[in-house]
Amino acid sequence: MPEQKVLQVVVDPALCQGHNRCKAIAPKLFELDEFGHAHAVGDGTVPAGLEDKARLAEANCPEFAIKVMQA
Amino acid sequence: MTDRPPVLDWTTDFDHLDPRWVTEPHQIWDELRRQCPIAHTERYGGVYFPSRYADIRAIAYDTEHFSSRRVVVREMPPRAPSGSEKKKSPGAQSTLASPPITSDPPHHRPSRMLLLPAFTPDAISRLEPKTRKICRGLIDRFASDDGCDAAADYAQHVPIAVIAHMLGLPEEDGERFRRWIQLLLHDGIAEDVSFRKALDEMDDYFRQHIAQRRSAGGEDLITFLLKARMADQPLSDEHILGTLRLLLIAGIDTTWSAIGSCLWHLAQHRDDRCRLLSEPALMPTAVEEFLRAYAPVTMARQVAKETTVGGCPFKEREMVLLSFPAANRDPEVFPQADRVVIDRTENRHAAFGLGIHRCIGSNLARMEITVALEEWLARIPDFELTDPASVIWSHGPVRGPRKLPLVFKLTWELRSLLDAR
Repeated sequence: MPEQKVLQVVVDPALCQGHNRCKAIAPKLFELDEFGHAHAVGDGTVPAGLEDKARLAEANCPEFAIKVMQA
Repeated sequence: MTDRPPVLDWTTDFDHLDPRWVTEPHQIWDELRRQCPIAHTERYGGVYFPSRYADIRAIAYDTEHFSSRRVVVREMPPRAPSGSEKKKSPGAQSTLASPPITSDPPHHRPSRMLLLPAFTPDAISRLEPKTRKICRGLIDRFASDDGCDAAADYAQHVPIAVIAHMLGLPEEDGERFRRWIQLLLHDGIAEDVSFRKALDEMDDYFRQHIAQRRSAGGEDLITFLLKARMADQPLSDEHILGTLRLLLIAGIDTTWSAIGSCLWHLAQHRDDRCRLLSEPALMPTAVEEFLRAYAPVTMARQVAKETTVGGCPFKEREMVLLSFPAANRDPEVFPQADRVVIDRTENRHAAFGLGIHRCIGSNLARMEITVALEEWLARIPDFELTDPASVIWSHGPVRGPRKLPLVFKLTWELRSLLDAR
């Protein structure tokens, strides 16, 4: 079985407008501030098994504010 | 609506109030996207219509060249203020200053930030039980009939009751709100008298409520605005009034249109009805897909400085229809853009706008649409259009069915059997 690469999610605060799609899709990976703007939970490391959620959050962000990268 | 000269060429003479644009806009936009991705008309003082996602996105982000000081394209005769006229905004045409939607940077951000905490997912989820109760109460009124007008009897009442609750306004004033919106966003698009009449009535109404909250307090959004501070200063009455206009107007016919469009679609797609009933977990992707395919809101911008987008020059002072609904149908961005795919998982749609003016009520709208559909399907699982020709669509900045006669297919007996299960 190929080794699963560890991923990291990042939200660009300059681009996030608070659509909250990431929070709806991957609540374990994103949290919101009091204004509803998103940031990654912790340092953004994606726990094993949530890789697809991370990619879906990236693909559904209307502002292209989310990037999924190799940790 | 006054008679309008027929459109001879959609690329150079489009009219967003033309009956064809009102009833089948998506076909027109698809044609324009292929033939002339930035169309123009001399009507309404000059308006551009970009139909590609990329151009719409670029304009939404470019607040330097595209201003939000006017966000609706309407017939608006330039008027010199005369002595007999009420001078609420001296020298100005009838506009609807409603911060932050009509604000540009740098004024936009502070007035938006103060509203945002009231519209986060957590804040909105607290309204869900109330919304469910509202929907159930509405359905109780017609569930045992053969059918109903899903726009007039259901969709429109849901956001009216919810926003009345949020603003601490009597639910029985809902009919008034509905009439103002009709005058401001529908009749008022084609003539100015209705527009001003509604605006004056609405302002008087809110001034009374502001005064009442100021003396008696409350726990609603009006009180919240009275307590709010911007740069350590309380908001001016004009600011509060403008924001209340925005919350009332933006919160009603938008969501009412979205709920209506969802039911219009489901009435004609038995497969989607059945799937949502048998796989309720699909509701979140279905709601996003309905929002993409039937996005109700087209905002506008005014060209503040001459510029070029998508190879097309934009002349200063002319208007731009910023059609997020057209962006959402762009096949460059959305595979099978003209098909409604309720389990579409990648859906970067722009129904709530893009950039700094992202709809502040998006969480509220999503919650209301979801609850309204869930409650409807639980009680009325099978329904069809009574007659497709009898559906009436709104014109103007918000598109949705205003008349939506449905016939309920499930008989009482079958429904009781389902209930007994």
